[in-house]
Amino acid sequence: MNSPTPQFVPSRLGIYEPIHQIGIWGENFKSNGNPNTSTSVIVEVDNKLENESETTSHEMLTASNNYKQEASKPIDKIQRRLAQNREAARKSRLRKKAYVQQLENSRLKLIQLEQELQRARQQGLYMGGVLEGSHIGFSGTVNSGIAAFEMEYGRWVDVQHRQICELRTALNAHISDIELRILVESGIGHYFELFRMKSTVAKADVFYVISGVWKTSAERFFSWIGGFRPSELLKLDPLTEQQILEVCNLKQSCQQAEDALSQGMEKLQETVSSTVAGGPVDEVSYIPQVATAMEKLEALVSFVNQADHLRQETLQQMSRILTTRQAARGLLALGEYFHRLRALSTLWATRPPEPSLP
Amino acid sequence: MYCEGDSWGCYLPMSLRSMGSDPMERVVKLASESAVVIFSVSSCCMCHAAKRLFCGMGVNPTVYELDQDPRGKEMEMALTTLLGNSQTVPIVFIGGKLIGAMDRVMASHINGSLVPLLKEAGALWL
Repeated sequence: MNSPTPQFVPSRLGIYEPIHQIGIWGENFKSNGNPNTSTSVIVEVDNKLENESETTSHEMLTASNNYKQEASKPIDKIQRRLAQNREAARKSRLRKKAYVQQLENSRLKLIQLEQELQRARQQGLYMGGVLEGSHIGFSGTVNSGIAAFEMEYGRWVDVQHRQICELRTALNAHISDIELRILVESGIGHYFELFRMKSTVAKADVFYVISGVWKTSAERFFSWIGGFRPSELLKLDPLTEQQILEVCNLKQSCQQAEDALSQGMEKLQETVSSTVAGGPVDEVSYIPQVATAMEKLEALVSFVNQADHLRQETLQQMSRILTTRQAARGLLALGEYFHRLRALSTLWATRPPEPSLP
Repeated sequence: MYCEGDSWGCYLPMSLRSMGSDPMERVVKLASESAVVIFSVSSCCMCHAAKRLFCGMGVNPTVYELDQDPRGKEMEMALTTLLGNSQTVPIVFIGGKLIGAMDRVMASHINGSLVPLLKEAGALWL
């Protein structure tokens, strides 16, 4: 009776029969471009044994005659079985790939959750401070806006990671420009989605966005007005002469725009600072100063929005200047860069504690 | 201190001349008198950023602080109507043409259209 489980058969069977099969597996291996050698070998062995189990028990008894028996079977039956083998092997490889991918995602998710937990604890302290003198209702809204953002951002990072992997695979597989363009567009669109999310939570609590607590520590180190510096986008690989000129101009415009916004922010700091410090110090009441300062702080929201707008425009201009392939590589480099920064943060957070002083 | 245009020197005669005119007319008139015009509010930090942007490019913008102009409120309203939704200062004109608020100025600088406009208006040389 045919059984799905591979049976152990004397090895000399295997020597002759599946030689042509190995050849075919070899082709299959190349066409899939699957670098995972061990999988195909395992599968190969599995299917070889499966193949054998399909033969009748009668033939199993005359083990050494098996090869001759196979040779006498009609060709198309062999072809069909070979095709089934290929299919099963392919499915097995895909299943394993999906499983590994799932494991990796779960690991990342776990790290993220731990970080979120830590942040939430920190925030519990921050929010506690705010609650002292303000409406419970307001804090509640702010809290839920922030909570919503944190959840969305966690998902955003997951999708980002997946997109980076897709880009990498696509670039190595040499897919058509049209298909690559689709990936590039969705990659850029994904950043735009982040800017939208940030704009919403900035209205709830702009300090939250600017402080960058929602990012990992290494990312925060490089933070500029609540995000990455637009000029970070402009570190690039081989360009044509025309492109070099365009990128150079873009670099200059970007730098000038960044400088202008930075100076605006400095002015805002000065203004708020002098407002808060204003009025006689020996008076107990500081409400008017603080109230005025609150108004001025509204401007911070427009700076955060303007900085994101600058990031958006720079991304778009880059995708105009570059070819599809270059843009894909650029997006891959950018995503990979942030991914590595996050990994750095995780490593840093889990570094062994320094030996305590005696 | 940021660089200032010289039109502020002719503030008094101008307002007397155009005393009864429509604020929109006044805006357009002022906008066409200099290569680069910024309608601003002195306490606005985004306006400060806009001024720094042009100065950083070597351009000398003419700045009208609407909070220091008796007709400033009307002009501000006229500008808001012109731009639609909730666009506010800073509002930039180049060569008499409306560019828009900070958003548009940034976008046009990044996509490379700002510099040619400035050159055309004579505000920037090679």
